[in-house]
Amino acid sequence: MIELFHAPNYNFVGKRRWAYVVSGLIMLIGLGSLGLRGLRYDIDFTGGTLVQVRFEQSPTVGAIRAGLSRIQLGESVIQQYGDPREYIIRATLTTDSSEELAKRVTGALGQETSLGKFEIRRVEFVGPQVGRDLQLQAIYAVLFSLAGILIYIAWAFKSVKGGVAAIAAVFHDMIVCLGALSLSGREFSLPVLAALLTIIGYSVNDTIVAYDRLRENRGKFSQKGKSFAEQMNDAVNQTLSRTVLTSLTVFLSTAILLFFGGKTLEDFAFVLFIGVITGTYSTIYIAGSIIVDWTQAAEGRVARRKKAVAKA
Amino acid sequence: MPRRLWVRCSVVAVVLAVSLWYLYPPRNSINLGLDLQGGIHLVLGVDVDKYVASQTERAAEDLKSGLERKGVAVKRVIREGLSTIVVELANATNWNDALTVAAEFSAFEVAQRDDKGGRFTLAMRERQITQLRDDAVRQGLETIRNRIDQFGVAEATIARQGVDRILIQLPGVQDPDRAKALIGKTALLEFKLLDEQTPVEQALAGRLPETSEVVYQRRVDKETKAERKIPYVVQKRTLLTGSELTRAEVQADPNSTGNWQVAIEFTATGTRIFGEVTEQNVGRHLAIILDGNLYSAPRINERIPGGRAVITGQFTVDEARDLAIVLRAGALPAPVTILEERTVGPSLGADSIRQGMIAILGSAGAVFVFMLLYYRISGAIADVALVLNLIILLACMAAFGATLTLPGIAGIALTIGMAVDTNILIFERIREELRVGKTARSAIEAGFARALRTIIDTHLTVMVTAAILYNFGTGPVKGFAVSLFVGLAASLFTAYFFTRLLFDIIYTARRRKVQAISI
Repeated sequence: MIELFHAPNYNFVGKRRWAYVVSGLIMLIGLGSLGLRGLRYDIDFTGGTLVQVRFEQSPTVGAIRAGLSRIQLGESVIQQYGDPREYIIRATLTTDSSEELAKRVTGALGQETSLGKFEIRRVEFVGPQVGRDLQLQAIYAVLFSLAGILIYIAWAFKSVKGGVAAIAAVFHDMIVCLGALSLSGREFSLPVLAALLTIIGYSVNDTIVAYDRLRENRGKFSQKGKSFAEQMNDAVNQTLSRTVLTSLTVFLSTAILLFFGGKTLEDFAFVLFIGVITGTYSTIYIAGSIIVDWTQAAEGRVARRKKAVAKA
Repeated sequence: MPRRLWVRCSVVAVVLAVSLWYLYPPRNSINLGLDLQGGIHLVLGVDVDKYVASQTERAAEDLKSGLERKGVAVKRVIREGLSTIVVELANATNWNDALTVAAEFSAFEVAQRDDKGGRFTLAMRERQITQLRDDAVRQGLETIRNRIDQFGVAEATIARQGVDRILIQLPGVQDPDRAKALIGKTALLEFKLLDEQTPVEQALAGRLPETSEVVYQRRVDKETKAERKIPYVVQKRTLLTGSELTRAEVQADPNSTGNWQVAIEFTATGTRIFGEVTEQNVGRHLAIILDGNLYSAPRINERIPGGRAVITGQFTVDEARDLAIVLRAGALPAPVTILEERTVGPSLGADSIRQGMIAILGSAGAVFVFMLLYYRISGAIADVALVLNLIILLACMAAFGATLTLPGIAGIALTIGMAVDTNILIFERIREELRVGKTARSAIEAGFARALRTIIDTHLTVMVTAAILYNFGTGPVKGFAVSLFVGLAASLFTAYFFTRLLFDIIYTARRRKVQAISI
């Protein structure tokens, strides 16, 4: 029998101060990048036009730009996309009928003879209203799934603390993912949003497995006389091999998506890839640690009050 | 084999049989999204307020003629803003008659009145406005559906989205410009008389009677693509509209070779009006105006009794064909604008399918090998469960008519990872039970029983996220949510129920005692 861990008994919860420092640093880097470099939003959210072109021979960005200079595009981005013959041309919303832009781009590229033959593979136009709607939808989707999860945990485990700690872990994961997105200069698009929401579900999944174990262990003989921190640590350890194994399989799936899924799925897979790693980490270190510190603080308050009562 | 085992086996057999039945034949059982098969996705915004304004305009005209019929002298009746009509009488003597006529317009109510000044305003009722806005979208949807049906697109989706939007998906259509022109054209055909009293130069300078307006004829030079705009002065009053058409056919233009024209035929009412108009205006010019563009303004030589006319305008055969389609399908009640457009070429779709398949096979393969190595026979059981999961997932998508998109393929790849999680949970539990010295039989029993609560919790939370994703997401993201949701539901059945069944068949159902589990 292959075993990753044999009856593990690591002191995760005891080392939680270190975890807070590490997480704090990573989140600081992420937030710093988000603040300084910011997130690049896809036209799904900003509105704009995107044209994906495949040329017969690989052209230079300069040649494409020269071709496009015939038409006033305003702010445009020309980007190689996966294959060296494949390019994406993006333009921000202009006032006059933006949806006509694709036609003008095709016309302009056609006139630049040095570019050779090409094929328009994809055209996307997102109007300003739709972009704004999608932004709102994205925010709602994240907030509602967090609320849904919070309510579910509070109900299933009869513990609001547990719910809040799980959400804190999710927040941590989201900041890490968004920070990674910002650092790598990738774009926040609809598929990336889908990936983030999956990470929310997935990260909470791990946390729930640990909570479940904690709940199950309560009242067991082996747990008698143990502090809450020790109980939490036991639960994390007992579910450790499952957490790591599952993460490994999901990690395998997303790694294959990332490296073989093609350009369209790349950003999506990238977020999942980062999210799986941080999701596993945050389950072991963050969710459990927060609930322990919170419980201890609450117990401390109760104890102090009792002392005060006894003195009086 | 015990009786309950037979029952469970039959359940699995039935599920498998139904799934396979839905998946056969494989080619046309699952709808592919536009991102996979190529096509056009459009979201149109209907300018509903324009419709309210035009209906108010019409009511104002009706009211004016109603008042005149009653012998009420009218100074002016005009629309103001979106849905208000201002009535000014020549004098206040016929005040009561005027109000009686106005009361017949039940969609409106008197908002302000100035009895002595002989002036009152009518405001459209809120309920009516809401109704009209709804009508505009509904009729627009019907008209567009009609046009697309006549254009001939297999499996087009035309649906209302939100309050004033229309979603259109045209799989396989490769000419987005033509499709957009066909769908987005308001196609309001109007017949108006030229105002031959007002010289064009004077009208362009802004000096023209209140009853006239300037419209342009657009001429595109076929060689240079240069566009010329020729101004005409026409009377504002519309004599006849395209709503009185019964037929519109493409014909070769006999007067200019290589060009095409559209021959139209009016309804009985249209024929009568057309006959009267032509009779009363012999010698004048009749302008044929489509969506504010003047196409031609032929001279009326004599009364035209048959209710036939032609629209010429140097059309190519495709342009003429599309014009005939929009005329037959009728005008849109209000103009539409394109809010969102996504066009995917067929070659990109094919690439995406190939890459998606590689991704699915790759991640399934990696997970398969991992499970086999780590859990051996139990891993093989989990692998069989995974195959069943994929079959059920695809069958459900075929049965519900769900659409498989590229993110949907990603969702499937992810489901594979998550479905296997359930088995890992169970197997780790069984290992734990074995470690504390339980027999094979009771370890399996306890492992499955203890893991159940956790499995339900984990599945429900991710399904909550998937459901929210479905409700808030659009297009491709919805596809992802669908496959994730269905995949998780299927995984509850396969990874728990089905794996348990296989364990029971292999280990616990045997008479002789099982010594060890390969896990």
